[in-house]
Amino acid sequence: MSVNQTLSSQSTQLKPEDFVQVSTDKKVAETIERESISAWRDSMYRLRQNKMAMTALVAMIIIIIAAIVGPLISKYNYYSNDLLNTNQPPSSEHWFGTDDLGRDMWVRTWMGARISLIVGLAAAMIDLFIGVIYGGIMGYFGGRVDEIMNKFSEILYSIPYLLVTILLLVVLEPSLGTIILALTITGWINMSWIVRGEIMQLKNREFVLASRSMGASSGRLLFRHLLPNAVGPIIVTITLSVPSAIFAEAFLSFLGLGVQAPVSSLGSMVNDARTGWMTYPWRMIFPAAAISVTMLAFNILGDGLRDALDPKLKK
Amino acid sequence: MVRYFLNKFFYMLVSILILITATFFLMKAIPGDPFMSEKKVPPEVQARLYQQYGLDQPVWKQYLKYMGNIAQGDLGISMKQLNQDVSGLIGKTFSASLKLGLVAIVVSVVIGVLLGMLAALYHRRLIDNLAMVIAVLGIAVPGFLVAALLQYVFSYKLHMFRVMGFTGPLDYVLPVAALSFQPIAFIARLTRSSMLEVLHAEYIKTAKAKGLSWAQIMFKHVIRNGIMPVVTYVGPMTANIVTGSVVIEQIFGIGGIGKQFVQAIGVRDYTLIMGITIFYGVLLMLARFATDILYVFIDPRVKLVGRKEG
Repeated sequence: MSVNQTLSSQSTQLKPEDFVQVSTDKKVAETIERESISAWRDSMYRLRQNKMAMTALVAMIIIIIAAIVGPLISKYNYYSNDLLNTNQPPSSEHWFGTDDLGRDMWVRTWMGARISLIVGLAAAMIDLFIGVIYGGIMGYFGGRVDEIMNKFSEILYSIPYLLVTILLLVVLEPSLGTIILALTITGWINMSWIVRGEIMQLKNREFVLASRSMGASSGRLLFRHLLPNAVGPIIVTITLSVPSAIFAEAFLSFLGLGVQAPVSSLGSMVNDARTGWMTYPWRMIFPAAAISVTMLAFNILGDGLRDALDPKLKK
Repeated sequence: MVRYFLNKFFYMLVSILILITATFFLMKAIPGDPFMSEKKVPPEVQARLYQQYGLDQPVWKQYLKYMGNIAQGDLGISMKQLNQDVSGLIGKTFSASLKLGLVAIVVSVVIGVLLGMLAALYHRRLIDNLAMVIAVLGIAVPGFLVAALLQYVFSYKLHMFRVMGFTGPLDYVLPVAALSFQPIAFIARLTRSSMLEVLHAEYIKTAKAKGLSWAQIMFKHVIRNGIMPVVTYVGPMTANIVTGSVVIEQIFGIGGIGKQFVQAIGVRDYTLIMGITIFYGVLLMLARFATDILYVFIDPRVKLVGRKEG
């Protein structure tokens, strides 16, 4: 950050007194005058320059805050029916209108967003946990271990994941926990492959050899040296796996396999709204917008992070 | 070459086997059985029914029988629709889904590739930005939302298309648009980035230096190399369109397998759910296998022994 700022502010006019004779003393000549910028700070600087990604980040924060605070600041709750006030348009009383049972759409939309975010984040965290351990072991040990573990994950991966999820939810009672379980049963594989690839590249580097020759154990090498260096691709994968989990949750709710009524979910709200939405479009618009904006924000931020963390990929 | 195919084929078989085994044991995990009912059935009748459907046999025998039946294309009997076997129900509804799916695949590839190519040729110009907006939207907005939105705007408001039904060619427009929205976005992105890469490649410079015409360079070199990554997307795209069609058929009232599937889930018709799952699973894994093979023929550079990293 500092380098770029100083460069841009002072670059135009240079006077002779701007130049300082460098000492011929070798020790002095080699001191680092400027603050050194770590790769991480450099990436964050690039991310901040990316307007799309920053907009996405702001949108994401707004949605997260609304999902937390939204239901609290309304005097309504998400489950009480009010059969005298069904299908009301948005008003000062019901900010997003009401649905066919007279439930407040503002509260239901943000409760649904809560469910979506919880599912998305929890699934991403579990994927991260399993994926890093599995992928780390594959990449670090290589050889026979890698071959067997990789074959196993490849076979699991080739079974279409939405089918597995649907199957599990048909048999298990749909709830928040089972949805997350069903989504993570194959969701971690992608993460494990990313980690595997990174570790394989990193493990032959000199700093690993140096650490090993000083007697570091496998666990220490993996968790102190290899994984921290693979953190960029891991973060990108997490950010991009959140929206896919959110999509899957919406899809499953749409099929009636999501969280069960009266708990609201954006997917089931969209599905419920289809019956009468030429007359009550707000019942569709608010949950639909909430899903789309959330998914857009995570996707754009993920792309932005990828560009920022790996400048080689940038076109 | 042969070893590569056998290897891929073996993977496919194992995956299908696991899927079928999973459906069998999940069925077993559901409490109760089809012949448990509120009414008191005489024990002899119950026993006779169990015998008829082989439910008195040990589990491993039932499993073998189940596998044997599936190998012969017999997926059992629907639990909710009287006297209907699952294979028959799938067969009856398959043609509508197949037509819709094939049209969606063709539309996705043609429009996606065109959009991606235009974006690459007019890099950082209006059309490129437009294509990238479509690409981002397509990846972020779920298909069922697109479908509902299209239905609202074009059917309810503008009355351009029928809301429901699937008979004339006009009835294809909205469902196909909804189904192919996401694949178009993906393909456009893939094509664009690979075309940009190709356009800056050394061999394109060589071709220009040799004095080839623009058309020759485009058709002989750029396009052929540029659409290569699209081929790898054929498998995932099929999966995308098949799972997408589950809700799209429901929304537009198309009597295909997807609609059947949603209804089966709604009434918990377990045999039908499992049957359609197996059918979808086999279909998608065949598509993946086909992609692997196709890729070798199109791109001679592909390594035959190794697998894709990442």
